[in-house]
Amino acid sequence: MNAIQLTNVSKQYQSGDLSTLALDNVTLTIPMGKLSMLVGPSGCGKTTLISVASGILTPTSGEVVTLGYPLSTLSDTQNVTFRRQHIGFIFQQFNLLSSLTAAENAAMPLVASGVPLRKATQQAITLLNDLGMGAHCHKLPRQLSGGQQQRVAIARSLVHQPDMIICDEPTASLDGKTGHDVMEILRHIANDPKRAVLIVSHDTRVFSFADHLVEMADGRILTNPSN
Amino acid sequence: MWAVALKMLLGDKAKYFGLVFGVTFASLLMGQQVSVFISLMTRTAGLIFDLTEADIWVMDQRVRYIDEAEPIRDIDLSVVRSIQGVEWAVPFYKGVATVRQPNGLSQVVVLVGVDDISLVGLATDTILGNATVITQPQTAMMDKNGYKFMWPNTPFEIGKELEINDNRLVINAICNAAPTLTTYPTLYVSYSTVTQLFPQSRNKLPFIVVKVAKSESVQDVANRIQKETGLQALSRIEFAWRSINYFATRTGIPINFGITVFLGVLIGAAITAQTFYLFIVENLKQFAAMKAFGFTNSQLFQLVAFQALFVGVIGYSLGMGLTALFIRSVSNVPAFRGLTLHWQVVAGAATMIALIILVSILVSLLKVFRADPAMVFRG
Repeated sequence: MNAIQLTNVSKQYQSGDLSTLALDNVTLTIPMGKLSMLVGPSGCGKTTLISVASGILTPTSGEVVTLGYPLSTLSDTQNVTFRRQHIGFIFQQFNLLSSLTAAENAAMPLVASGVPLRKATQQAITLLNDLGMGAHCHKLPRQLSGGQQQRVAIARSLVHQPDMIICDEPTASLDGKTGHDVMEILRHIANDPKRAVLIVSHDTRVFSFADHLVEMADGRILTNPSN
Repeated sequence: MWAVALKMLLGDKAKYFGLVFGVTFASLLMGQQVSVFISLMTRTAGLIFDLTEADIWVMDQRVRYIDEAEPIRDIDLSVVRSIQGVEWAVPFYKGVATVRQPNGLSQVVVLVGVDDISLVGLATDTILGNATVITQPQTAMMDKNGYKFMWPNTPFEIGKELEINDNRLVINAICNAAPTLTTYPTLYVSYSTVTQLFPQSRNKLPFIVVKVAKSESVQDVANRIQKETGLQALSRIEFAWRSINYFATRTGIPINFGITVFLGVLIGAAITAQTFYLFIVENLKQFAAMKAFGFTNSQLFQLVAFQALFVGVIGYSLGMGLTALFIRSVSNVPAFRGLTLHWQVVAGAATMIALIILVSILVSLLKVFRADPAMVFRG
């Protein structure tokens, strides 16, 4: 089973009379057990593509099958449940909740599934320990460095043991050394054959970590080793 | 889930206190202003409410409120007493008079004349002297606040003399009495004293108060009195409301208070709604992130609703507490006599606050529900 299978997918944004074609008839396969990287200049459609692939956005046309689920046929509620159970997200700006501690932030996907905060936090602490963040579990995001915040975000993306991790520019807000450390962690996560890691990036320093590099421009796939 | 809601709310102390302040301010304004308004309106019928022994008030057809006394014939008292269903009927005088103090200064007072035998209508909460002393000639009882008004910074003492219409009157008792709309002192005398104070006017009797026999209905007896005497006969509550309605519809009090209360509610609502809205909007990206990793709209609604409920309960409690504190602190101020926090005000303010918060969260939540989870990918 492929992690993501897009077939003739297009996505058009409409704002008044202005129409923008963000994805232009994209056909793409992302395999399991590999670290895939989606690269290309800003505005080429990378973010739209991962939004469509994760069920956050609905395509204008085409078929999206992620982890075997035909997302286009799922209702909004089913889509939310699908994301909650199967996907972990890592964002460029970390998006940690400022009032919650590192452990509580990492526990959020479990809380969304109905796990009590205390129990979810315990699981998150175990994961944060594995990521070398044991000493920072009870700190608020503002008390952490960028690299530490991104590690919390990584823990949050893993805590509910998803089948796929989607990362949007995970190293863009980090210095070279910290970015490299974060990529090492993601590289390690991607070694699991039952899991896929898809990273969107235009940071050339991290391209070498990819098993599978997909290049995009103007809403189209330029190179894809799987095609 | 609730713990997350609470932590998100309390995490930003400035906004949290802003929200609580908005609700507290709105509650305080509603509670305090409405209470003062109700107190003022109640004062217009204070004497009627206080005279609980009487079931029916009989008066001239033209009377619209208690201060508009049109004398009726003394013989009407006997006619009313003879009507079936009347257990007893006694005269009741209420009017204004000018008294002169020994130092020559004049003062307008409310003069209440009660039946010499039954003393129906006499304030019973005496704080100095004995109320029954008014059955003696040239003797009166004054209300406590009226005494303070006439002789400020003077300890209560009996024996002070006044002059009404060239008649000497000695204050031999001081009492607590229901506050009236004006701050005039209230003087209680016997009805026979009233007739001696104003001997030149033929008809003096403004009201007859009636007790209905237990086996009879108040409305039936009132109808009989009207039919037999041609006078107006109203139940106690009916007359009290008629007096209140007169002041409510014929004076500027309600409209002015109404504007103040309305503005208070509006400002409180605006502060609460705006602060809550900004609180949500500024956290929109966090909500979008929560939606991205699997929080449903229903969960986010519960989260925001819990935050709103928490802020609402604390703000409202503080607002009502401050209202109660205000009422307590002015309880000895003559201008605020009779000011009470009625349960209806407490319930009404709670309803209004709940509505304000409900509207605020609904407007805010629309923003959350429409939040595109994809916004979390934007840098």
